[in-house]
Amino acid sequence: MENKSFLATLKKNAMLIVMVLVYLFFMVLTRGGIFKPSSFTELINQNAYVYILGTGMLMCMLTGGNIDLSCGAFVCLLGAFGGVFMIVRGMGVGVSILLLLAIGVIYGVFLGFLIAYIHIPPWIATLAGYLAFRGLGTSILSNNSKTGSLAPFPVKFQNIFYGRVFQTEKGIFNWPCFLFGILAAAAVVLVVFMTRKNRLAKGYEADTIRAAALKSGISSAAIILVMTKLSMDGGIPTTLLWVAGIVLIYSFITSKTTVGRHFYIVGGNMEAARLSGVNTRRIMFLAYLNMAILTAIATFTVVARSQSAYADVGKNFEMDAISACVVGGVSASGGAGSVLGMVIGATLIGIINLGMSLISLDANYQRVVKGFVLLAAVVFDILSKKRES
Amino acid sequence: MAKILLEMKNITKTFPGVKALDNVNLQVEEGEIHALVGENGAGKSTLMNVLSGIYPHGTYEGDIIYDGQVCKFSNIKDSEKLGIVIIHQELALVPEMTIGENMYLGNECGHKFAIDWNKTYSEADKYLKMVGLQESSKIQVKTIGTGKQQLVEIAKALAKKAKLLILDEPTSSLNEEDSRALLDLMLSFKKQGMTMIIITHKLNEVSYVADKITVIRDGSTIETIDNHGAEPVSEERIIKGMVGREMTNRFPKRENVRIGDVKMEISHWTVHHPLYPEKKVVDDVSMYVRQGEVVGIYGLMGAGRTELAMSIFGQSYGVNFSGELKLDGKPIKMRKSEADAIKHKIAYVTEDRKGNGLVLSQSIKVNTSLANLDAISNNMVIDGDREYAVAEEYRDKLKIKTPSVEQLVGNLSGGNQQKVLLAKWMFAEPDILLLDEPTRGIDVGAKYEIYCIINDLAAAGKCVVLISSELPEVLGMSDRIYIMNEARIVGEMKAEEATQENIMAAILRSGRGV
Repeated sequence: MENKSFLATLKKNAMLIVMVLVYLFFMVLTRGGIFKPSSFTELINQNAYVYILGTGMLMCMLTGGNIDLSCGAFVCLLGAFGGVFMIVRGMGVGVSILLLLAIGVIYGVFLGFLIAYIHIPPWIATLAGYLAFRGLGTSILSNNSKTGSLAPFPVKFQNIFYGRVFQTEKGIFNWPCFLFGILAAAAVVLVVFMTRKNRLAKGYEADTIRAAALKSGISSAAIILVMTKLSMDGGIPTTLLWVAGIVLIYSFITSKTTVGRHFYIVGGNMEAARLSGVNTRRIMFLAYLNMAILTAIATFTVVARSQSAYADVGKNFEMDAISACVVGGVSASGGAGSVLGMVIGATLIGIINLGMSLISLDANYQRVVKGFVLLAAVVFDILSKKRES
Repeated sequence: MAKILLEMKNITKTFPGVKALDNVNLQVEEGEIHALVGENGAGKSTLMNVLSGIYPHGTYEGDIIYDGQVCKFSNIKDSEKLGIVIIHQELALVPEMTIGENMYLGNECGHKFAIDWNKTYSEADKYLKMVGLQESSKIQVKTIGTGKQQLVEIAKALAKKAKLLILDEPTSSLNEEDSRALLDLMLSFKKQGMTMIIITHKLNEVSYVADKITVIRDGSTIETIDNHGAEPVSEERIIKGMVGREMTNRFPKRENVRIGDVKMEISHWTVHHPLYPEKKVVDDVSMYVRQGEVVGIYGLMGAGRTELAMSIFGQSYGVNFSGELKLDGKPIKMRKSEADAIKHKIAYVTEDRKGNGLVLSQSIKVNTSLANLDAISNNMVIDGDREYAVAEEYRDKLKIKTPSVEQLVGNLSGGNQQKVLLAKWMFAEPDILLLDEPTRGIDVGAKYEIYCIINDLAAAGKCVVLISSELPEVLGMSDRIYIMNEARIVGEMKAEEATQENIMAAILRSGRGV
């Protein structure tokens, strides 16, 4: 019995274990390069958009394996608009952010309407944006700049999306960051044990004391490790705050709210959802509206990091987001998956990317590796599910 | 005596847990029309699936002897090669393709690597003429009506060089005129020497076309009647064969029967088919349900029972609604919305629990709370503990057998799934429950438990509408029975007056006049 539940736990966290193993593998290959404080910052900044777009894509995929192909090209278009607003016209940062969000909402409403109420298959509806937005964005950029790119974005904008909280010089230990890590770790431990106590008090199934200790121990250790590394590299990147905020909010929505539950039900059985009084069209609409808004936020982190808007920005982002979901165990036919899973999937891909560029593997081979990792993840997922049933 | 073309000997077919066919024997002479009659689930379609190779040799016991040869079909192609062609009840045509493409689908004529379209269409036109269709085979199937589509199916069968044609309820989706034309076509084929088996519920059609009638009941052959005997075969005679089983004590006794005022009433309720808006799926139906009453709706498959129930439940099926719905005597204007129906305390428990009732990939807990999530949440935040408690409560109440309410519904047995489906709707706290085939495909023990739940619901003052195609179930459970046939209510009886014979008679009377 003990053995069996141990195996089940392993299976449940398989992707997490794979992630750790891959990390250790690159630790050896890069001779500790991936364990440097700067690598941690890099990992977060480089992949911020994957987490944000992945969250949006997760919500779309939950409704029945639907995807959004247009988000990468939409990043390019929004980046071009942002460049025009902030650099060419010199508009205020706050106003520009609001305008870009508004454009996101307009596209989201339009797309959601097409998909939910006109019943255009999502991949076709978003294919149009995929084709049109990059062309539109590129032409806006070349109309406003000889080089075809707009730079640099205002410092204030960069500070919001690519800065540090309580920044310190490199090499000087950032105490606020470390303290924040300790607090976050303590919060995790507290939540795990409070939940357990609560459930036990009401006589429900709960983790054993060992499982709870292990669970909270591992997660708080991981948090403290990351935050210590960040403390040695100038402090908490603001991108981390954005990503963590979005991830926490959507974790809550998907696991604890009625709307979130409806996403799973619609993807699990659309007809059953409809006959149970779920407004299935509204859910489809929300999925794509939400995706467009998150795409706008992802755009901010991307152009703030590159400090410019250019024609190629956002290329293949839609594929990165889909890969993160699929590797993270989100069902390609909908109804199953979690934000946490997607985060693990995105981090795994991020580690592989970072590791490969640290050992300066040829870019073409990097793509080959990524392709196989994606395939392996899906095969693994399907085979392990088959064995269960 | 003419030559025996087909003989099925001692056919026995078992599905996990059920004996669908038990030593069935069937003899069909060359050049005759042989009718196969029996209740829903009696085993007619299973028998034909055995014959056509859908259930391959080895999955059943017994022998099929066709044209003097013992046949061991391993798929439908094998049987078609010998000229045994089955036309299924549901039309199997692809609407977007042309008539010609449809007729030669999977049977394309031409070379190995290229289809000869000229030959396809000229051959197709030839067969269309034989069934009396003037249309060109180059037009799309969706442009012709259902009656003509049925004829295309027959032409398709002819194109396969059919010698033995099996028609499974060929007239179920046709109007009277088209039905008559189809039956006459069958008679003219007979003159040309074709052998046919027809499965039908309409006994007037049977006496019109059939030479012999074989009655199947509960998976066994009861008798074969010659339709050209000294005296004409009466419908009563056939019905007796179809339903003549003993009623045993399969139903729990109703206690605390307190029938109150009329709770829900519909009048002149008419609904049209969503794809063929000219077709009425519910036709001028008026009925009522009283508090604490179990009202049975009996009808054969396709009679419009599901359509009626779903149209009452927030117009979740059909188009062009007319008629009036009253709750507690007050007319209700209900929008086309399931949520609206739930708000008015109406629940529809579907006949298709896997297809549109449950989310199989989710837990018992999630399924139980699904239709009434608001009751366990504050400001859209689900109270996980309360949800768990509710699921546990219904698990106890309905005796759902599972180690935990976190168990996925897909892993449960049919009976337990049905209980979860009931739990979901009971938790939505409706006043009126429309139960559509609540015991389909579940074992006898689970059936009894479901019956007990129904009785408890009625005793608690709920209105229960029990839709079923099992006569004993309707008779054993209901206080009052409506009989439905071809989209209309064709009879209403008190439970005391109702018998299997007079219910079947009501259906047959209404179907007369073909």
